[in-house]
Amino acid sequence: MPRLSIWMVRTALSYLLLGFTIGALLLAHKGIGLHPLLWRLLPLHIEFLLIGWTLQLAMGVAYWILPRFLNERRRLGLAWLAYLLLNLGIGCMVLSVSLPAWATLAAVGRGLEAGAAVAFALHVWPRVKPMSA
Amino acid sequence: MPPLTRLFIKTGLLYFVTALLVGLLIYVRPLAAAIPWLAGATPVYFHLFMVGWVTHLIIGVAYWMFPRFSREQPRGSQGLAWSVYFLLNSGLLLRVVVEPLQSRFPALGWWLGVAALLQWLGGLAFVANTWPRVKER
Repeated sequence: MPRLSIWMVRTALSYLLLGFTIGALLLAHKGIGLHPLLWRLLPLHIEFLLIGWTLQLAMGVAYWILPRFLNERRRLGLAWLAYLLLNLGIGCMVLSVSLPAWATLAAVGRGLEAGAAVAFALHVWPRVKPMSA
Repeated sequence: MPPLTRLFIKTGLLYFVTALLVGLLIYVRPLAAAIPWLAGATPVYFHLFMVGWVTHLIIGVAYWMFPRFSREQPRGSQGLAWSVYFLLNSGLLLRVVVEPLQSRFPALGWWLGVAALLQWLGGLAFVANTWPRVKER
């Protein structure tokens, strides 16, 4: 597994744990009423599990598995940029949910995540090809 | 494909079909009015899909395809991997039954706490068994 995939998959596993922890707290709260403010964590539960875990894992595995060029992946900078932008985006979403005064950071976060998608698509596009090409 | 992977993926497929059927039933209004369980089933629908289908598929494929942990234990601890299956499924199934009924029967609330704990332990066990396999070789 290449180094960037290791970073992406381990970061994804960390978000899985965070997302499951918040989810478990929310579900338990629904049953036994732990603390009313817990519901404010619902957007983070969704963000961590959809973007941080599922999306990032798919990116890490795609970077690892998709066909290469004579054993090279090429345009590595774009893939690393995608990793950076995606996780900065998630960080902005965390701040926007945690600090009401910073709510506008949500738009910045979504912008960074969209930038990650563009960078990753540009990296991966030429690798979607026959194995021998 | 190892037996545990087959079990994860086939169980995931059952959840996939069930999730989409529940999603359909929620929108059939006469049914939703007649069956109290359906009235509170929207979170169940979503989690049947994401935990039942997507997460089961990911866990099954990761257990099969990720780099070997060691020559003796290529897929890490078998006991831990099986515990992921049982913890995740017991927690999810408990949630599926209890969550939609909980507003009508508040005494069932403690079972939601149990479902939460089981699923969280399942996630923790998966991360613990998978983390050392995320490596170059």
